[in-house]
Amino acid sequence: MADELITPDELLSKIDHRPSGAGWMDTPVDIRKGMYCYASNPKSVETLGLPNARAWNPLDEDWKLPENWQQIIHEGFKERLEKFRSFKVFMDICVRCGACADKCHFFIGTGDPKNMPVVRAELLRSVYRNDFTTAGKILGKLGGARPMSLDVLKEWWYYMFQCTECRRCSVFCPYGIDTAEITIMARELLNLLGLNIDWIATPVANCYRTGNHLGIQPHAFKDMLDFFVEDIEEVTGVLVNPAYMEKDADILFITPSGDVFADPGTYTCMGYMLLFHYLEEKYGLKVTWSTYASEGGNFGFFTSHETMKRLNSKMYAEARRLGVKWILGGECGHMWRVISQYMDTMNGPADFLEEPVNPITGTKFENAVSTKVVHITEFTADLIRHDKLELDPGRNDNQIITFHDSCNPARGMGLLDEPRYVIQNVANHYYEMPANTIREQTFCCGSGAGLNAGENMELRMAGGFPRANAVRHVHETHGVNMLACVCAIDRAALPASMEYWVPEVDVTGVTELVANALIMPGEKDRKTDLRGEPLPGMEE
Amino acid sequence: MNKNYMVSLIAVIVLFLIAYVGTQLGAGVQMVFGILVPYLAVALFVAGFIRRVMGWSRSAVPFRITTTCGQQPSLPGFKQAKIDNPSTTFGVVVRMFLEIVCFRSLFRNTKMKLHGGTKMTHQLEIFLWVGALAFHYAFFTVVVRHLRFFTEPVPFFVTILEKVDSFMRIEILYDAVQAGLPGVYMSGLVLVAAAIYLFLRRVFIPQVRYISLVNDFFPLFLIIAIAISGIFMRYLTKVDIVAIKELTMGLVTFRPTIPDGVSYLFFAHMFMVSVLLAYFPFSKLMHMGGVFLSPTRNMTGNTRQVRHVNPWNHPVKVHTYEEYEDDFREKMIEVGLPVVKMPEEKA
Repeated sequence: MADELITPDELLSKIDHRPSGAGWMDTPVDIRKGMYCYASNPKSVETLGLPNARAWNPLDEDWKLPENWQQIIHEGFKERLEKFRSFKVFMDICVRCGACADKCHFFIGTGDPKNMPVVRAELLRSVYRNDFTTAGKILGKLGGARPMSLDVLKEWWYYMFQCTECRRCSVFCPYGIDTAEITIMARELLNLLGLNIDWIATPVANCYRTGNHLGIQPHAFKDMLDFFVEDIEEVTGVLVNPAYMEKDADILFITPSGDVFADPGTYTCMGYMLLFHYLEEKYGLKVTWSTYASEGGNFGFFTSHETMKRLNSKMYAEARRLGVKWILGGECGHMWRVISQYMDTMNGPADFLEEPVNPITGTKFENAVSTKVVHITEFTADLIRHDKLELDPGRNDNQIITFHDSCNPARGMGLLDEPRYVIQNVANHYYEMPANTIREQTFCCGSGAGLNAGENMELRMAGGFPRANAVRHVHETHGVNMLACVCAIDRAALPASMEYWVPEVDVTGVTELVANALIMPGEKDRKTDLRGEPLPGMEE
Repeated sequence: MNKNYMVSLIAVIVLFLIAYVGTQLGAGVQMVFGILVPYLAVALFVAGFIRRVMGWSRSAVPFRITTTCGQQPSLPGFKQAKIDNPSTTFGVVVRMFLEIVCFRSLFRNTKMKLHGGTKMTHQLEIFLWVGALAFHYAFFTVVVRHLRFFTEPVPFFVTILEKVDSFMRIEILYDAVQAGLPGVYMSGLVLVAAAIYLFLRRVFIPQVRYISLVNDFFPLFLIIAIAISGIFMRYLTKVDIVAIKELTMGLVTFRPTIPDGVSYLFFAHMFMVSVLLAYFPFSKLMHMGGVFLSPTRNMTGNTRQVRHVNPWNHPVKVHTYEEYEDDFREKMIEVGLPVVKMPEEKA
């Protein structure tokens, strides 16, 4: 973490939620260090064949834009209004009631009035009115319209990368206006001018070539899982044997590469490996991994619809090539939004796969008969309900747990009760955070939609405040010390946010908790959990 | 002093005066404000409204991106939120009905508070919801009541609504003094009160003041002015109601006429209504039509069960498995990962 990061107290004392002074149209953007992500590496932009690859710096006056950039934006805008009804309707019907204002974690955490979802959208709407509406053309600024200019463009860039597309505001909007879709369109437009951020563009380029965001090549990917195999053997005495690209396996498993790479996601990854080993030993279920489709996440989603589709295509392609019956998806947020709301439409129909049935319980996953992708907690919940897992929840007794609903599975899918059911069956101490901060009203970790870089740490901590505030509440009232989640970005982002706001709380994936409780066939007397921490009663 | 609402206020005053003073100049001007402008306004309203809605419906719906506000359909044992995360058309209809008729999403509204600068809470905040409901239902009632001026005989539901609306009466019935107002319509007073509340929150809540544009104040002032001028005519200046009905019936039967005795205040009232109608399709007031088309609310959230087809699903360049294996074949073989094609020398 950057050492110049301000302290939590300083950060909070800076917040003023009462905007004053000049109106937003008269306040030029001030691109501030700690709040923005570095510009994309031109090599990554080139790899993907995206427009205007060049080195540039957001702090420079000159952004090295193409000569006709205004025309590109205007035409891109027009095209998207025709291609997306949502975009067009959202440009027209906002009444600026302000219900969304204090629902945004970035507005709450920064107090910057342009982080109110309505203003974020107005940044675009003002140009929309000027370019595409009669009233805007006649009334100009009086009608809330303004022409596109370099300052406006910079403002777009700054604020569209201060939105994590979490969609919390859309829950409260009386017209269901979804700021995420507005941000997505704006980022697409910015992408047309090569105004990407590196934390997104480079993972996308990596994923395109190597199959995952982190750029892990196939041999290294296997090395990493081999390393987990050793760790698992050390903890449990069981030697697991993950399968790679095995033709005619029952199920293809895809999870975000973050789980392979960094703690605490790695423990969740070990959890998957233990679970699959258990199911193979006990029930003969064959699950395979793939290095080609080794990324569940999709930073393409944060670039453009087209890029999202390019990266996502690997999932179905690999499932078809391997001849599996269906796909099992790991714990990830935006991966599940893409699977749930885009994948079948973009890259389907998946008629080469079978309607997903759990061969162990006979349960048909009716809610996934078209996409043929099942969420790991749906799968585990089904196994638990049919009593197919031998569990010792007491092994998680040192964890006093709460569950953080990740934005995308909550508001882009409705996966709310499954992970709770799983946690409550593998652990004994579980408490909910306050009702206005969970389920469909959950707060973002503050680092989603490709913003979990290092250079924008102040922004991330500010955005993480509402979530951390609710965690602190259950920490103080119930002694909660473990924050469970089903998202790899959460597992990457929340530890930093917890360390900053509530240092007594750790972060875990749900499947890690499952694996700690899971009694493996032939296991040794387990003394520690997957992290090497002593199990309850095993402390010296 | 806020420029945005001063401009709007002045605009409304000017509009009022144009009609109020203008119609005093003679019969010709009265024809303009009593016949020409209303027809023009209705034409603009209808054509503009249709054009807007057609414009929206012409745009494609490539994905089904609902906002899921509850539990998805899942395994037996997990109770689906059938309205907030609907997977059937029936669920969507109920969701939309509650949204349009009860402003359900707005009812969720919370207010964030930072206590002592460190502890945050989110409490239910229903005033916006109450104000919005009061405003819209009062407006709706007023509009329906005014059908009395455009129908002969007056339909029964208008009469019933009038009765309900005017159950409160102000009357003094002594032998010596007998006075009273005509039945007081609640809707008119609620409309003015709610509109003033909506205006005041735009002025006094700093966040809402920050986001408010002229486009937000102008229709509010216009509606307040229309309502107040109506109230004046009914309770205070006691306009010639028979003459006015002759005029309005003339308009709807396309035999327009300007009878004698129509007050200038009425012309101003009708002119402001005309402006509102003409302004409607070009403004945020189109949320009336748009709410029906909001893509996050009016579709089923069952995209994993039923495939949604994108009309413009463009092909994209992908990195195939074969290209991937070509890139990494040696390394894959080295660690024992399966490959499809063996390298030349080993084949």
